[in-house]
Amino acid sequence: MAELTSNPVGKNTPRVDAYEKVTGTAIFTDDLQFGPGLYYGRLVRSPHAHALIKSIDISKALEVPGVKAVVTGQDFDTRIGLYLVDRPVFAKDRVRYVGDPVAGVVATSEDIAEEAAQLVEVEYEELPAVFDPVEAAQPDAPLLHPDLGEYKVANFIFPEPGTNISEHFRLRKGDVEVAWPRCAAIVEDTFRLPHIQHVPLEPHVAVALWEPSGQVTLWTSSQSPFAQRDLIAQSMGIPHGNLRVISPYVGGGFGGKAGVSMEVYAVAMARAVKGHPVKLRMTREEEFIGTTVRQALVAHTKIGCDAEGNLLAMETEYYFSGGAYNDYGVNIVRAAGYSCTGPYYIPNVKGDSYCVYTNLPIGSAMRGFGMPEIHWGIEQIMDQLAEKIGMDPAEFRRRNCVKTGDIILTGMKMPAIDLVACIDKVTKAVNWDERRGKARPRPSAPHKKRGKGIAIMWKAPAMPPNPGSSALVRFNEDATVNVEIGAQELGQGAFTVVAQIAAEALGVPYEWVRVSAPVDTKYSPYEWQTVASRITWSTGNAVKAAAEDARRQILALVAEHWDEDPANLDIKDGIVISYKSEREQPLKDMVIYGLPNENFEGWKGGPIVGHGKFMPTYVTNLDFETGQGPRAVVHYTVGAQAVDLEVDTETGQVEVLKIASAYDVGKAINPDLVLAQIEGGAVHGMSSAFEALKFDERGRPLNPNLVDYRIATAADAPRQIHGDIVETPLEDGPWGARGVGEHVMVQTAPAIANAIYNAIGVRFNDLPLSAEKIFMALQ
Amino acid sequence: MGIHSITVTVNGAKERLDVPSNMTLLQMLRDKLGLTGTKNGCSAGECGACTVLVDGEPVNSCLMLAVEADGRQVTTVEGLAHDDHLSALQEAIIEHNAVQCGFCTPGMLISAHALLERAPRPTEPQIREALVGNLCRCTGYLRIIEAVQTAAKKGGA
Repeated sequence: MAELTSNPVGKNTPRVDAYEKVTGTAIFTDDLQFGPGLYYGRLVRSPHAHALIKSIDISKALEVPGVKAVVTGQDFDTRIGLYLVDRPVFAKDRVRYVGDPVAGVVATSEDIAEEAAQLVEVEYEELPAVFDPVEAAQPDAPLLHPDLGEYKVANFIFPEPGTNISEHFRLRKGDVEVAWPRCAAIVEDTFRLPHIQHVPLEPHVAVALWEPSGQVTLWTSSQSPFAQRDLIAQSMGIPHGNLRVISPYVGGGFGGKAGVSMEVYAVAMARAVKGHPVKLRMTREEEFIGTTVRQALVAHTKIGCDAEGNLLAMETEYYFSGGAYNDYGVNIVRAAGYSCTGPYYIPNVKGDSYCVYTNLPIGSAMRGFGMPEIHWGIEQIMDQLAEKIGMDPAEFRRRNCVKTGDIILTGMKMPAIDLVACIDKVTKAVNWDERRGKARPRPSAPHKKRGKGIAIMWKAPAMPPNPGSSALVRFNEDATVNVEIGAQELGQGAFTVVAQIAAEALGVPYEWVRVSAPVDTKYSPYEWQTVASRITWSTGNAVKAAAEDARRQILALVAEHWDEDPANLDIKDGIVISYKSEREQPLKDMVIYGLPNENFEGWKGGPIVGHGKFMPTYVTNLDFETGQGPRAVVHYTVGAQAVDLEVDTETGQVEVLKIASAYDVGKAINPDLVLAQIEGGAVHGMSSAFEALKFDERGRPLNPNLVDYRIATAADAPRQIHGDIVETPLEDGPWGARGVGEHVMVQTAPAIANAIYNAIGVRFNDLPLSAEKIFMALQ
Repeated sequence: MGIHSITVTVNGAKERLDVPSNMTLLQMLRDKLGLTGTKNGCSAGECGACTVLVDGEPVNSCLMLAVEADGRQVTTVEGLAHDDHLSALQEAIIEHNAVQCGFCTPGMLISAHALLERAPRPTEPQIREALVGNLCRCTGYLRIIEAVQTAAKKGGA
């Protein structure tokens, strides 16, 4: 038998899912087998960015042999959404983006469904459309949602009915007008980021079965099986207990599989063909335009500092292009509002963050959740301010970055973190002092220029105040352990980390722990969603509590059996030991069957099941006018990145040589998995600096495929990615741990931009950093 | 649409199958043989998740028709381990934590396997070149490249 790992927290235990994934036996949603009764769905999508639906004729589609049903918006009366319930199940009277689903066709094969979908005749009356978020926010802009005032909305989201503004977050601290005259340097500029897409390798797929009894099952590739149960149950009028969501491994999420996107269509179609499962899978083109995208942003930002380099004031307006429906996106914009300064202490702040409806694909959660977008401008301005007052940009950041105990922009006291340590580590890793003068390394060719840049970040889990996690810890006869959670394995390593936590807290070897999968809302304990980099922290706390509960039951039982004080007992490597009497009791002989009384006169104990939960109870709402409140968020994770690159002045191409990252994760439960996130995130962040989803003047997508929308390949990855872990414990994290999954890509794009400036002396306010744009700027 | 009877060797086992003219090799593997380890990421030959070996050469199985596989040898991710023993490459991918979501992993393994068969001691640029058609959004590639190097040191695919 292989070696066993005691006390696995902090160790590089192997991933629990690796064997399945390298042998092709790991099951993803599209791999599930449903037999010959399976039907397939296809969606009929709007060709117009904004139009009224005058009529829909489904008769020709229904005549195609093999077609079982065609459903349209007329079949459904409700809307769906997480924070703002603004999305009809199918477009009813109006379409709001190119790709808005107007009908669903169910047939015995995907080909037949596709053929019939072409025969659904929809008559539209085109309306003026709006694509720019600043234009869309103006009073005379074409209105996307005239009924905005009637939509159900979370009590911390503030839409402005009669406009396209679905959320406006205000941050007011100090007085910027008093501060500006005291500034020795001020930089004010406008920054633009395009829409980008998550591009998980696995496209969205869902299979729904609506049984005649009213029981509904949804198999789905999802970060949010429980949130899907909740939202789909409410929207489709299914009692929660009758809707079961089963979610196998997720082939990449990055936020795109959070909440509900296309899954509700599968359920809606299944209702029309009761007793038959209906599979709906997105083509790669649909993945780009018909699931969700990262919102585009226009940021007007002004920041000033004094002659010593102390930041004094910031004024910013963020206009996010929320797309046609902002049911999830509104909270991204709120997060961008209450974190609008980036990771800096600034005494005077005026921030306005707007989510604006535009006739474009649905903007929703993507890794970083608003932070990559706002850091793009902030981190370039910080470099410019440092230059204006003659300070090194890393030193400028050390001076101004948030520190433990600072009263940050919302009035909240900053929990313990060490961002300065992160800056120190990344500057060391790229030989920061070589960025100027004679120390500068020679470029690899005469027509290339070398440069180094830095950027820092912060991000809080952005969520409602009370998202809960729960966990169960059960034993098998041989004392191996099943950990049951509702959190999802997306590749980030959640299952491995919870297995480590359970083993450590119980006192059993890591190899004894199994994580029950797939997540199944009928059997798995509740979990809000696998988002917000919250699983190691929140689910981790719940698993630790469940393991400790099981441990308490075991120790109480053995103590009673031995007539000892439980305080003298411990569990080591699966054996209960007494430090007092030195007796031993293997778990395998007691965790199911209990223990016999003396002379076998009856028994005590029984199957051990530990349960645990975690929910933050301390987050407060913020003042509507000022964004002030005692506790805006649970905590922040902070980090720094430095980039070393070369720019080819003949082609404008950028080659990233090295990315150095350091993040304060509180405690690395599995250090190598933290480094794996850091590395993968650095390349994701680098790739995002060169990506853009493009649309023509009528809102039609121009590049929804992997040839015209390129993501980083093995050839593009930097030669070197350096990772450092800083560990300043989080007060309420398991062993002090906080999340890091999203943070690892937040500031990569501005770090690259700052390095490009260091190389060629040119700044770029707008993403993407295309070779063409860089080349033209050099002419 | 015609139905064709073909004979194809998949992971060493000879199969006789009736396949429609327009069925892709990917559909044949997944829907006819239940070999779901090979993934469909784009149906357009752009992502590499469906890569399999046909007569030893890596192929995007979404771009090849099943009938074209008639009389040929196909190897999928399910065929890399033998008698429950993982290949050196599979071991190295685990050792380097070079897998995250795992959706690109089967295709990645196949492309790397083909490389090591062709060039047992590949240089880093050769590895990057060989994997350029296999997209991965999670890992950042470096650990995969290192895993291929480790497998090469341990004696190949």
